[in-house]
Amino acid sequence: MNTRGLMSMLAAVVLAVGLTGCGEQPQVVSYEQGKYQGKADSQPWDNPVFKGDKAAWELAMKNRTRGQNEYNRTQ
Amino acid sequence: MGRMKFLCDAERCIECNGCVTACKNENEVPWGVNRRRVVTINDGVPGERSMSVACMHCSDAPCMAVCPTNCFYKAEGGVVLHDKDLCIGCGYCFYACPFGAPQFPNGPSAFGERGKMDKCTFCAGGPEETGSKEEYAKYGSNRLAEGKLPACAEMCSTKALLAGDSAAVSDIFRDRVLRRGKGLEAWGWMTAYGAEQKEGAK
Repeated sequence: MNTRGLMSMLAAVVLAVGLTGCGEQPQVVSYEQGKYQGKADSQPWDNPVFKGDKAAWELAMKNRTRGQNEYNRTQ
Repeated sequence: MGRMKFLCDAERCIECNGCVTACKNENEVPWGVNRRRVVTINDGVPGERSMSVACMHCSDAPCMAVCPTNCFYKAEGGVVLHDKDLCIGCGYCFYACPFGAPQFPNGPSAFGERGKMDKCTFCAGGPEETGSKEEYAKYGSNRLAEGKLPACAEMCSTKALLAGDSAAVSDIFRDRVLRRGKGLEAWGWMTAYGAEQKEGAK
């Protein structure tokens, strides 16, 4: 093989090695929110106290929360 | 119902630890675990301030994001709960939580020895039958299902610790601050409490 052949072969190898960088894949794993894997929980109004009445539960909670404001009680 | 939140008024907290005791008693929390703690800044220095801290039931909870077994879920009102049957006690949630809420009954010890994670449930029990022995043994009392607020807030003698729908709690706090005429100058006040909120707002 003459010098010219050797040079073109070398250039081809360098080009091939250089191009390997272009094929790099992203290394960062994309985050995905996990999904709950445990047992299902019941709603707080699904019990003998509220008998499935969501509105009654919400009203009870609202009254209880408002009861924390002592200004409502003292004035 | 909007989002369930705690709010601790540092101007009112007297560091009595009544909330801590109420929580321990209500939920029969195991030795070594404090679901709620009172933190004091500048203890002993005039002007010291105390805050009652537990799980803040974050809207975008980091514990949920890092759990490798996906044992966390959001119950009604955004209360962050977890299934102890799935918990492997890895402690990732402990490192992720900015409030130090996740606790381990056998900690501090190596992974596998710590036991199942335990934290504040907003007195909402867990994924077992409501009011059952199993629910009480694993997660404690389910006061929310009885139409009650968490024991810590209801026990607070100075009403420094408030719990409930975030909009209603904000309204109470706003009313308080306006009456005492101090605190309005705090950075971010107008954003957080400036306008009256509608109860149940998301």
